[in-house]
Amino acid sequence: MSLLQVDDVVVQFGGVTAVNHASFEVEPGTVTGLIGPNGAGKTTCFNVITGLQSPTSGRVLLEGRDITRMPVHRRARRGIGRTFQRLEAFGSLTVWDNVRTALDIHAGVRGLLNSVDGSAEVEVERLLELVGIEEYADERADSVPTGVARLLELARALACEPRLLLLDEPSSGLDEQETLDFGRLLTQLAGNGRTVLMVEHDMDLVMSVCDTIHVLDFGTIIAQGTPAQIRTDPVVQQAYLGYAEDPAVGSHVRTDDVEETRVLPTVVGSP
Amino acid sequence: MNEFISYTLIGVFTGAAYAIAASGLVLTYSTTRVFNIAHGAVGMVFAFVYWDLSQKQGLPDWLALAVVLLLLAPAFGVFLQRVVVRNLGNAPVGVSLVVTVGILVGLIGVATQIWPPAPRTLPPFFASSLIHIGANIVITWHQIITVLLSGLVAVGLFLLLARTRVGTAMRASVDNPDLLRLYGGKPQLVSGLAWAVGTSLAALAGILLTPVIGLQYYDLTLLVISAYAAAMLGKLTNLPMTYVGAMGLGIVQSYAVGYLPSAGDVAGLRAVIPTLFLFAILVLLPQAPLRIGQVKGIVSAPVPGFGKAGLWGGALVLFVMLLAFGLADSDLLLVGTAATYGIVMLSLVLLTGYGGYVSLAQFTFAGVGAVAYSKLDQPNLLGLLLAVLIAAAVGALVAIPVLRLTGLYLALATLAFAQLMDKLVFQASFAYEIGNPLSADRLSILGLKFSGTGAYTVLMTVFFVLVALLVIAVRRGRLGRILIAMRDSQAACGTLGLDLRWMRVGLFAGSAGIAGLAGALFAGLRGTTVSADFQFFSSLLLLLMAVVWGVTSVTGAVLGGVFLMYLPVAQSNNPSIAGLLFVLLGVGAVVVGRDPNGLANKLFGFNSWVMDRLYPKLAERYPGMALRGRGEDDDALGALDEVQEEGVERDVVVAG
Repeated sequence: MSLLQVDDVVVQFGGVTAVNHASFEVEPGTVTGLIGPNGAGKTTCFNVITGLQSPTSGRVLLEGRDITRMPVHRRARRGIGRTFQRLEAFGSLTVWDNVRTALDIHAGVRGLLNSVDGSAEVEVERLLELVGIEEYADERADSVPTGVARLLELARALACEPRLLLLDEPSSGLDEQETLDFGRLLTQLAGNGRTVLMVEHDMDLVMSVCDTIHVLDFGTIIAQGTPAQIRTDPVVQQAYLGYAEDPAVGSHVRTDDVEETRVLPTVVGSP
Repeated sequence: MNEFISYTLIGVFTGAAYAIAASGLVLTYSTTRVFNIAHGAVGMVFAFVYWDLSQKQGLPDWLALAVVLLLLAPAFGVFLQRVVVRNLGNAPVGVSLVVTVGILVGLIGVATQIWPPAPRTLPPFFASSLIHIGANIVITWHQIITVLLSGLVAVGLFLLLARTRVGTAMRASVDNPDLLRLYGGKPQLVSGLAWAVGTSLAALAGILLTPVIGLQYYDLTLLVISAYAAAMLGKLTNLPMTYVGAMGLGIVQSYAVGYLPSAGDVAGLRAVIPTLFLFAILVLLPQAPLRIGQVKGIVSAPVPGFGKAGLWGGALVLFVMLLAFGLADSDLLLVGTAATYGIVMLSLVLLTGYGGYVSLAQFTFAGVGAVAYSKLDQPNLLGLLLAVLIAAAVGALVAIPVLRLTGLYLALATLAFAQLMDKLVFQASFAYEIGNPLSADRLSILGLKFSGTGAYTVLMTVFFVLVALLVIAVRRGRLGRILIAMRDSQAACGTLGLDLRWMRVGLFAGSAGIAGLAGALFAGLRGTTVSADFQFFSSLLLLLMAVVWGVTSVTGAVLGGVFLMYLPVAQSNNPSIAGLLFVLLGVGAVVVGRDPNGLANKLFGFNSWVMDRLYPKLAERYPGMALRGRGEDDDALGALDEVQEEGVERDVVVAG
């Protein structure tokens, strides 16, 4: 059975339909990519899955269980973790305290009462090293670079040991080398049995780490399959190339400042 | 039947006046995202202005009305928008609430200063001619005019918003002021206009209701609750629903006045119908979504270590001990009162300073503690503990109906709750009744009775220090981190698995419990307390005092407690400027309100200012003198610095 099932979800904001009868599934232990042009409804899908946005219609199922009406924190307790496209780090706390707080929240009331045995400190160190931001441990989270803050959000989400991890544009703000390291980290996480669903614009990263890719356009899934299938899918090429102003842009489209170029560069030319 | 029709007509009249007030509130809130708690106070002040012009100066009614509604009120609205609340829409809810509470208190100060308490009457319009329908039904022209005016306002607002360019710009500025600016609109102009119209509507509602409510400072100020209740039906943005809410409220209230008993425990019920109406609507509203993409990272005052805090606490207790030997009982009572207020301030440090939530009912919780302690008649630690628990339970009870809504609604609910307690519970026979004092014994601990005022004052100071240490412990511990995290990003906390709603209820209960402790100790100190000790207005003063002196630190609580105690003393010593002191406090809050660390945080910066700035400068000017700056080799100074660095967990100051 798939871990997550998004079933015919519709989200309307007034007259605008952000997600239009989208359905897709995420298999356990895989890295799944959710890609699509800007405004396609990717982040809205994430908000629906995590409970920050209730859908106009449709269902969300986690391991076959309907969680559509479940409040945000209960979904988190059931193993859904996420990072945010617009950063939501705890700005007044240090990087270290951010992760520590996540551990405390995860431990719940019992964790508040537990005696201090130092295991939490060790865990914080481990997580910071895992994502590679231990050198920023003592800095306030609102003063670190964007890339570091993204990795911090990842470490914070991992502190709650999610089975399903939603990453919203995790590589934006990372440089080329960091992105490569990040790709390895994702593969490692999936190898450890974690499931990752990722919204990402760096197509090299998406194509190299994802097992399955769903393509969203105008709120609807227009294609799904392996990276190889997506690369050659005529519908996807049409959706992207139809908007592309300059398909010859290099293979690294960074999305830091300009949120998005509607280009799927690796589709063009590469095998 | 005639009676029923009469009450319905009165209800329609009241509802029409509420609708005028509420539409002003909706207009200002929806265009600038600043909820003006002072909306009723604005109406109150302009009712006084209108009285002054028409009754005292003898202007004709129509001229006085035109001067107020078309000239003075809009001008004041533009002033408020330009000078006071500008850019407040993007600030945290707490900040905009504090600033508008500052306006409220300041306006009450202005009114009491210019028009000292005296009996004044404002006759209704065309009071001499009545309209008789059938045998027993009488309508006044005043009522008819009010209903007509409310219809006129509705049509006018509809035309303004739907049919004019500036109205379209107004609606656009609700959605995205930055975008509006990009397209050549002028959001500031639009906001100014909204406040001008909104203020004018508040003034109109105040003037129309005065012949019924009376020309009083507080009752007219609380008009904001009725307006808010009506506006909530339209979620503060929908004008037609606001009209429906206002009419419904007016009619229900009229029936309540007509048919509910006017004596006994439920007599107060008639006065709090808007509040009950409000709570009913709050409970029925759907869940508010968590906001994503907020501004985060707030400057906080440094948190001291336990060693340093304990040292200062010990010093404070010693100081009060010295006072206990030296001062007369009447002065010691004031010291004890300051300790009480200090503890209530600490409850705000926890709730507002750390948690980011604003409460306008802390004194009400203190009152609950005092009543519980007096009624239990167990002047020992058990009685004290029970009083604290009861206050905490009441605190939770306030937060639960508002469980699903955001901080703004919670704060407004506390204001409504404070009024509810003032009129309904504190005046009931199981609490104070009207003007009936409750007596309480002083506390004994393990058989040791603290009967002397000096000893009791020292005891209260010890309690203050203990609560302060508790608050610091919370801040330094896991719970404190979670509170800060909640303040920074609720969405992130939620997705990490934190149940924000119950966390908030818990925080409220804890804060109310601390306030209840203060109330219980206060009851013991005074021996007798009356309901006037815990009026809602005191909670507003408390909030402002806390913010001015610093709501993020214990030092702020000490200073705030002392000054809050001193405020009424200063007022009774100088009755001629009593109102002016309120104005001063209000203005202070408006000025300082944007930085919740307050004046106390400036003190914390003093030491490093001396070391880093003053010493080097002096050393430069007088090289012969043994003054050394930081960084030079001075063992004594260096050691002092180290101690402080060790003791203070520095929250680096970064503008949020």
